[in-house]
Amino acid sequence: MATFHFELVSPEKLLYSGEVEAVVVPGIEGLFTVMKDHAPVMTVLKAGVIEIDEAANKKTKLFVRGGFADVAGSLTILAESAKPLEELNAAQLAQEIQNAEEDLADATSETAKKQASEKIDQLKELQAALAA
Amino acid sequence: MPSLKDLRNRIASVKATQKITKAMQMVAAAKLRRAQTAAEAARPYAERMETVLANLASGISGGGPALLSGTGKSETHLLIVATAERGLCGGFNSSIVRLARERILALQAEGKTVKILCVGKKGYEQLKRQFEKLIVEVVDLRSVRQIGFENADPIGKKVIGWFEEGQFDVATLFYSKFRSVIAQIPTAQQLIPADIQCGAPLSGAYECEPGEDEILAALLPRNISVQIFRGLLENAASEQGARMSAMDNATRNAGEMIKKQTTIYNRSRQAMITKELIEIISGAEAL
Repeated sequence: MATFHFELVSPEKLLYSGEVEAVVVPGIEGLFTVMKDHAPVMTVLKAGVIEIDEAANKKTKLFVRGGFADVAGSLTILAESAKPLEELNAAQLAQEIQNAEEDLADATSETAKKQASEKIDQLKELQAALAA
Repeated sequence: MPSLKDLRNRIASVKATQKITKAMQMVAAAKLRRAQTAAEAARPYAERMETVLANLASGISGGGPALLSGTGKSETHLLIVATAERGLCGGFNSSIVRLARERILALQAEGKTVKILCVGKKGYEQLKRQFEKLIVEVVDLRSVRQIGFENADPIGKKVIGWFEEGQFDVATLFYSKFRSVIAQIPTAQQLIPADIQCGAPLSGAYECEPGEDEILAALLPRNISVQIFRGLLENAASEQGARMSAMDNATRNAGEMIKKQTTIYNRSRQAMITKELIEIISGAEAL
């Protein structure tokens, strides 16, 4: 299968760079898969799981906490933070949710409140998926 | 003429100082390596961010959000001056402060209002003397060993908060760019309005989810934090580089001083022995 270049960067460092077959990206308006020659798209990410297909039977899953994806020939993801899914456990996720709830409580402006409650929804969804 | 004991003491104290500067140099070298890797690791994100922003901005016709186009005036300037928390690093802090000071005076001469946000204690101490009334806040990063994005993000958020409240029109970040161990370049970088080189407009339609404006509205504040983060990392590397070369110089100077003092010590010791010999010989001859 044809491959394309994929890069995952967080503010601290370059987390992934290489040729891949397909990547599943958690866009704000739903999951989508990027393959070679995907039309140029720019989207905001929600908290969720990125699935990278490097080869037929080699898959890597990473948890991202939101960010941006830019498809223009190659795929670039600017993640807020990212880590392998194996390192993510229920306790940490619960902590994330608690943080987001605190954000909601602290939020003063309308947009900040909306952002925080959206984040909580996304994280809870993920928690359910992880528990299943 | 100092006595032999004085000279001995002097040499011992210079030797002790040399040991300290040598140790500091070695510590700085080790820290520099870490800071440099961190700065280099952060580069891809900032670069990708710029590309993405440039792609988006070139597609936008008209003004765009205020963070991109500015408020339309330049009456009040916010200067974010990032320096080190510690001294003994040559001209590192002073050169950043000097650049900021020149800018402040130039802006004041034009009749603009200036506000200062200090990151790092040393810059605050130097600016306080002249511009105490202009300093709106000081961010202390003393307890931070390795600067992470979570340190830069609150500063970015604060700056954006002020901007939205209309407290300033233009924000500039002052930091030192790391070129090499012997060269750090004090730099002023404009944060708001965002200083983006617009490339050629993208060919073909760029689809945006949700919409271009929403993405820009999310990206631009993030870009501010990222730029501050990058500035802080460059600063950390520069600081260690500057300290390393300053301490290297100090060690070398101490070495020279020890050499000189030892020569003086040996000469006067010899002179004393010769004098005693002459006294003994002339005493024996007189008999």
